Amino acid sequence: MPKRPQRSLETKSLPKAPTGISGLDEVSFGGLPRGRTTIVCGGPGCGKTMLGLEFIVRGAIEYNEPGVVLAFEETVAEMTRNVASLGFDLKDLIRRKKLFMEYVHIEPREIQETGEYDLEGLFIRVQNAVETVGAKRVMLDTLEALFSGFPNEGILRAEIRRLFRWLKDRNLSTVVTAEKGDGTLTRHGLEEYVSDCVILLDHRINEQVSTRRMRIVKYRGTRHGADEYPFLIDEDGISVLPITSMELHHSVSAQRIVSGVADLDAMLDGKGFYRGSSVMVSGTAGSGKTTMASTFAEASCQRAERCLFIGLEESDHQVARNMKSVGIDLQKWVRKGLLVHEAWRPTQYGMEMHLLRIHKLIEKVRPRAVVIDPVSNLINSTSRREVQSMLTRLIDYMKSAQITFLFTSLIHGGTALERTDEGISSLIDTWISLRDVELNGERNHVLHVLKSRGMAHSNQLREFVLTARGIQLRPPYVGPAGVLTGTSRLSQEARENADAVARQQDIERKRSEVQRKRRALEAQIEALKTEFSAEEKGLERDLEQFLKVQTQVTLNRAQMARSRNAGSRAAKKGARK
Amino acid sequence: MKPKTTKVETTRKKKKGFLLRLYIAGQTPRSLAALVNLKRICSEHLDGKKYRLEVIDLVKHPQLAHEDEILAIPTLVRSLPVPIRKIIGDLSNLERVLVGLDPDGALQRGKLARV
Repeated sequence: MPKRPQRSLETKSLPKAPTGISGLDEVSFGGLPRGRTTIVCGGPGCGKTMLGLEFIVRGAIEYNEPGVVLAFEETVAEMTRNVASLGFDLKDLIRRKKLFMEYVHIEPREIQETGEYDLEGLFIRVQNAVETVGAKRVMLDTLEALFSGFPNEGILRAEIRRLFRWLKDRNLSTVVTAEKGDGTLTRHGLEEYVSDCVILLDHRINEQVSTRRMRIVKYRGTRHGADEYPFLIDEDGISVLPITSMELHHSVSAQRIVSGVADLDAMLDGKGFYRGSSVMVSGTAGSGKTTMASTFAEASCQRAERCLFIGLEESDHQVARNMKSVGIDLQKWVRKGLLVHEAWRPTQYGMEMHLLRIHKLIEKVRPRAVVIDPVSNLINSTSRREVQSMLTRLIDYMKSAQITFLFTSLIHGGTALERTDEGISSLIDTWISLRDVELNGERNHVLHVLKSRGMAHSNQLREFVLTARGIQLRPPYVGPAGVLTGTSRLSQEARENADAVARQQDIERKRSEVQRKRRALEAQIEALKTEFSAEEKGLERDLEQFLKVQTQVTLNRAQMARSRNAGSRAAKKGARK
Repeated sequence: MKPKTTKVETTRKKKKGFLLRLYIAGQTPRSLAALVNLKRICSEHLDGKKYRLEVIDLVKHPQLAHEDEILAIPTLVRSLPVPIRKIIGDLSNLERVLVGLDPDGALQRGKLARV
């Protein structure tokens, strides 16, 4: 996680004692006031004692500040048991002199007031405890018990004021728990004496689901988050959920990662999603959202990048089984440790609990990609704004950690495609809408990239099918009547094929016709040629003959002349000729 | 004044006597007043009864405060007879002290209403 930028103002404000409680140090910008007293008030069962104990114990373990716990309500054994499940071994800490715990039992029926007194006994005990371990932190749980034990309020208040001053003089960071009053922060008005920091815890039931909230009512001398922050208490103790960033300064990546469906990547500028972007896959029931999500998860695992898959509808085994039918083996990746598949019921917890749980999983698993299927289940009955706020935080958090976040959202049939229940379309970078198109008595799956920021994406509606080799996109068919899918496309294609075949046959026929004609013509030419050459030969022979005859005639004439002896002159002429 | 540091007697058999512990914190006027008052009360009302009085100065022995769970100073703890009673203050209110001490066991027997 990127570090919060250091501001010079912080060093000038109150020095703080970090609590080690996840989220609280962020909300309080450093922790509780050092050397001062903090009141933690709230109704019964709010978690006041838990907060105080964590402050002390984590102070001892993580910050090497030994602590003292003076308990008026629970015994040491009870407290030890309560926090054992968090992994805190109080006995060990006590043994190592990092922690001093004392239980003070106040039984009002035992006590008789007979004149003036003070609470020096309490002071002595606290001092003794502090000196035994060299404590820097103190917890008093709960001061209210004093009020029930000692009826003289005048003396009590004076002594409590003295106690807080005493603690401040010794620079002890103190947490005091108190019951919430009707209309006042604490029942006995302790907040008047403690002006440094007051934290109010709230535990309310909203439509059968319990939610815990924390608010820093007062924190003098420093800036603090003034909102109500949801928190939960689980096996790791208290976790507070702050808004992760006030501004929108995320570093972004230009790297692209594949979705797992090659044709879909082709629709996304040929490269796929941006790393660290948020992708929503929305669709009606049965449109293939979980399959798309699982394909993406598998693609991530195939790149050897850990993926966290959170299922809020089906158990992980059910999803794994279903995905096997489309050729995705999720169990294999789980075994290899590249896929962490968690599933829980959304109705179990309030929104904040879900958010916190997701947060903690991400912190633990450190994935490069997170899939939540489906997010729409979280809505149950909480307000739209809450869901928006929650999703904003989630997306924010993931963006700052450069985690690619894909989530599915169920759209109820009948609503407009572009409207989602969560109203979060402006938060997501890529929106893939899966639709079922009804035509001619059947429904077919159609996929559409509604938006994808930062890239030239296809605007086509593509038909896809879930085959044994995963999601396969069909080549787009746009006929004269628009996009066709399913059997109507098949029939149209068949018809066109038939047409093409017919045309081809036509062409073939014509071609062979032309060839025939040519051959015929050629044959004719041959015949003429032959005839002509015969004639030519005849003529040549005639010519030869004629020349022979001519030569003979000339010879005959000469002979005749000789034989006639027409004169020696004529003979000589003739001989000379 | 004899500050003693005896440990608590763990065996609590049925003793007829009183075991009283006065916790003080240093020689403050209030503590001294309490001691004076206590001694007078003991001599006047516990006369004839077996009682044992201990004075514990928490400034000298702070860890002993844990034992009887002392918060207020001065506190007089009636460890015996049971039930344990804690009487806080400088013991100037005699009536209250007596109710707390219940020397005659009247409260114990339910004869006196508790103030």
